[in-house]
Amino acid sequence: MSNSMMSGMHDMSLWLAVPVSLLLVLGGLITLTGALGLLRLPNFYQRIHGPAVYITVGTGCFLIASMLYSSVALQRPIVHELLITGFVILTAPVVSMMLMRAAVYRDLRKGNTDNTPGDAYKFPREH
Amino acid sequence: MSVQLLTLALGFAQLCVLLAMVFCVIRLLRGPTAQDRILALDSLWMAAMLFILLLGIGFASTVYFEAALLIALTGFVSSIALAKFLMRGEVIE
Amino acid sequence: MKRWLPTPLMSLALWLLWLMLNQSLAPVHVLFGGLLAVAVPLLVAPLRPTPVRVSRPLVAIRLLFYSLVEILRSSFNVCMLILFSKKGLNSKFIRIPLDLRDPHGLAILACIINSTPGTVWVEIIPDSHDLALHVFDLHDTQWWIDMIKGKLEQPLIEIFEQETA
Repeated sequence: MSNSMMSGMHDMSLWLAVPVSLLLVLGGLITLTGALGLLRLPNFYQRIHGPAVYITVGTGCFLIASMLYSSVALQRPIVHELLITGFVILTAPVVSMMLMRAAVYRDLRKGNTDNTPGDAYKFPREH
Repeated sequence: MSVQLLTLALGFAQLCVLLAMVFCVIRLLRGPTAQDRILALDSLWMAAMLFILLLGIGFASTVYFEAALLIALTGFVSSIALAKFLMRGEVIE
Repeated sequence: MKRWLPTPLMSLALWLLWLMLNQSLAPVHVLFGGLLAVAVPLLVAPLRPTPVRVSRPLVAIRLLFYSLVEILRSSFNVCMLILFSKKGLNSKFIRIPLDLRDPHGLAILACIINSTPGTVWVEIIPDSHDLALHVFDLHDTQWWIDMIKGKLEQPLIEIFEQETA
């Protein structure tokens, strides 16, 4: 019965299998949507919001699914996924902030340089 | 019953993450500006980390966890260095 | 106690991190983790710029739950916008005047705002205390200002700036 691609998933009660499967499917859909946003939104300032979706929510879904599944499959509580969660929560915002600031400064430098950062930047123009 | 359900869901999730990585690569190659490419690279790191986590679920092994943690670490450092480079033109000031 | 454990929360976090990395509760890991938890905060103490004082754990828990709900809600919104929006989105930079001054509080505010899909923190505009924020789909500037000031900034002020207030 245990088939196909993987070395075989562990059998577990349906009460646990259904939530794990739901979390996996949901995380997959969210990841796909976020990457689709990265691909087809028109400019950088909108594109940066696409991956933000799956970096927080998609990672969260997969990590909870992983915790539930491995705890049952290995028959001991597995919680070390919390480390990745904490790490992603701490680092992903820093990356997006640095990227946003780099983009803003580059556009300020490229465009009219007398535009002080004080006036809320206007540039999301299409290209 | 639950085995087939889990296998199906895991396969679907892996397919989604792989497609997401393909989208990131397209954006990485196409991206008009440098910040687009760096954003795509960072997203690619994250998607790769998710894929390795899914492999870990599939093989019911905790070895993959360390790989995912290392990928998240190196991805963070490299993205920060690249963004810093874009902002000022030098990595270490 | 005060001398060997100046920052009990950080020591606890380090100890838990060591145990989770090793995935065991064996005595050797418990002891070595405890050693790290005592030694590392003492060694890095000169690096920490300002001591942090946290109060009001209840407010912190409520803030955590609120931001979790907010992250889920806005990620749903952003997904729907990516998938089904036909016309152009109204992406804008907005300015939000901040009252929060504590650097740790600002760091946590930045983490929450950037973890929420649909908003990205740009910078605190030089020579002022205004935050520049990029919003994915802006309908109502005043709603964003009220939300961030009331729901996120107010609890952080209560948590981090208790003794000055």
